[in-house]
Amino acid sequence: MKKQIVALAVMALAMGSAVAQSNDTLAKIKASGAISLGVRDSSALSFTLGNGKYAGFHTEMGERIIDDLSKTAGKKLSVNYVPVTSQNRIPLVQNGTVDLECGSTTNNATRQKDVDFAYTTYVEVVRIAVKADSGIKDLKDLNGKTVATTTGTTSVQTLRKNERAQGIDFKEVMGKDHADSFLLLESGRADAFVMDGQILAGNIAKSKAPADFKIVGDALSVEPIACMLRKDDPAFLKAVDDSIKRQIADGSLAKLYDKWFMQPIPPTNTKVGLPLSEATKAAWANPNNKPMEDYVKK
Amino acid sequence: MGKWDWQVFLEDPGGKIPTYWQWLVSAWGWTVSVSLCSLVVALLLGSLVGVIRTLPDSPWLVRFGNAWVELFRNVPLLVQIFLWYHVVPKMFPVMAGLPPFILVVFALGFFTSARIAEQLRSGIQALPKGQRYAGMAVGFTTPQYYRYVILPMAYRIIIPPLTSESMNIFKNSSVAFAVSIPEMIQFAMQAGEETSRVTEMYMAVTVLYVISAMVINRIMAWVEKRVRVPGFVVAGTGGGGH
Repeated sequence: MKKQIVALAVMALAMGSAVAQSNDTLAKIKASGAISLGVRDSSALSFTLGNGKYAGFHTEMGERIIDDLSKTAGKKLSVNYVPVTSQNRIPLVQNGTVDLECGSTTNNATRQKDVDFAYTTYVEVVRIAVKADSGIKDLKDLNGKTVATTTGTTSVQTLRKNERAQGIDFKEVMGKDHADSFLLLESGRADAFVMDGQILAGNIAKSKAPADFKIVGDALSVEPIACMLRKDDPAFLKAVDDSIKRQIADGSLAKLYDKWFMQPIPPTNTKVGLPLSEATKAAWANPNNKPMEDYVKK
Repeated sequence: MGKWDWQVFLEDPGGKIPTYWQWLVSAWGWTVSVSLCSLVVALLLGSLVGVIRTLPDSPWLVRFGNAWVELFRNVPLLVQIFLWYHVVPKMFPVMAGLPPFILVVFALGFFTSARIAEQLRSGIQALPKGQRYAGMAVGFTTPQYYRYVILPMAYRIIIPPLTSESMNIFKNSSVAFAVSIPEMIQFAMQAGEETSRVTEMYMAVTVLYVISAMVINRIMAWVEKRVRVPGFVVAGTGGGGH
């Protein structure tokens, strides 16, 4: 019994010190010479090329932030790529497995309770994809229709809020992933697919007959996407923000955007073809880490 | 992290349903509906196929029954769900109009029917051959001696595995989320993402699964007690087995 209590006390101490360490990320990465970068498997902003290689607009931006951190640390930091999912990304950042996550995480007020966000570097707009011959032109036309969206995304919530605000009534079906939701639209089980513009554009571009689909209506919501890091670590947050500001100021972020959204990209060498949106331009002009909720009030 | 926040269930998800707990109840409703409808399909088909497999002098029917069991028992449930949802409507355009709910009920029902058929066959074969002969000897036709002699005893023998199967159907219904049925797993994934309270959502869902399975278990235990035949030989082995 006594031994168990001692063991427990030792564990508690060890955990306490682990927490203390993790709140000074700059010191931690300087001491270890390595940083864990959280990346995504299949997002338009961050994706895998196979064989443990990761690429994408946000992944490469994250690598450049780490280059700047290396300069501050005075030595080259080695990068551990940690693939994360929508479900585990926040716990992994909190427990120290991931130091900096540059995937496709929406900065919202709920998440700000758990983590901090760097400056917004991409602004996503939620749109509606429909079959070209469906006659659906905007949200109001969805009255009485079946609308697909993907489980575990904030678009579902957006959709519901719009439903209530506009007094329209539609049936919601949730696909288990984006490909599944698009299949719901393609097979006619749903009349529309509501999701982030770049995901809709990507799925339509990859479909058998891209001309059969179109993206319609105004932006249903605007979501700031930003890199995520541990809460209450102001020095690390400032270092990351400074690097982003530097990348915006010297135009390298715009070049990076062009590389990943306007030019053919691996692995299939196709173009996403999504020009820089006004919303993203505005976010770059005034670097900020406002949550999604602040965009709604505008 | 670490701190529970159960009030999250009183928050407003922003749609037709005013709070998360009411949404959870609706998701529970889907889980229960899918499970119970599938159970009905499984019991009917399973009984039919189970009986077919034990018929004397009908080798083709027996082969058909065996093929049925092997087909639906050897293909993973998730694959069967996808086949019903994506492939069947393409092959038979008539089925394209069916709501996904019906397709999932068929998938889960057919899958479970193979298992119930196997259990019923073993229940029938566990009876002494003399029972069948006795039925024939008093002049019953085949349907008659199945109805009045064999099946009443066979069903009593297989109540314990049937209980497990009924509980399994509740747990297996969770794969329905993969074909967009708004049941409890889909609720947990979606509400967890919206509120960042994944642990609370999964715990609530777990409790409801346990409750659903326990209710079925109690109902089956009650049935078992009600239909028990005093002095029936298998009472010692099959009676209180689970």
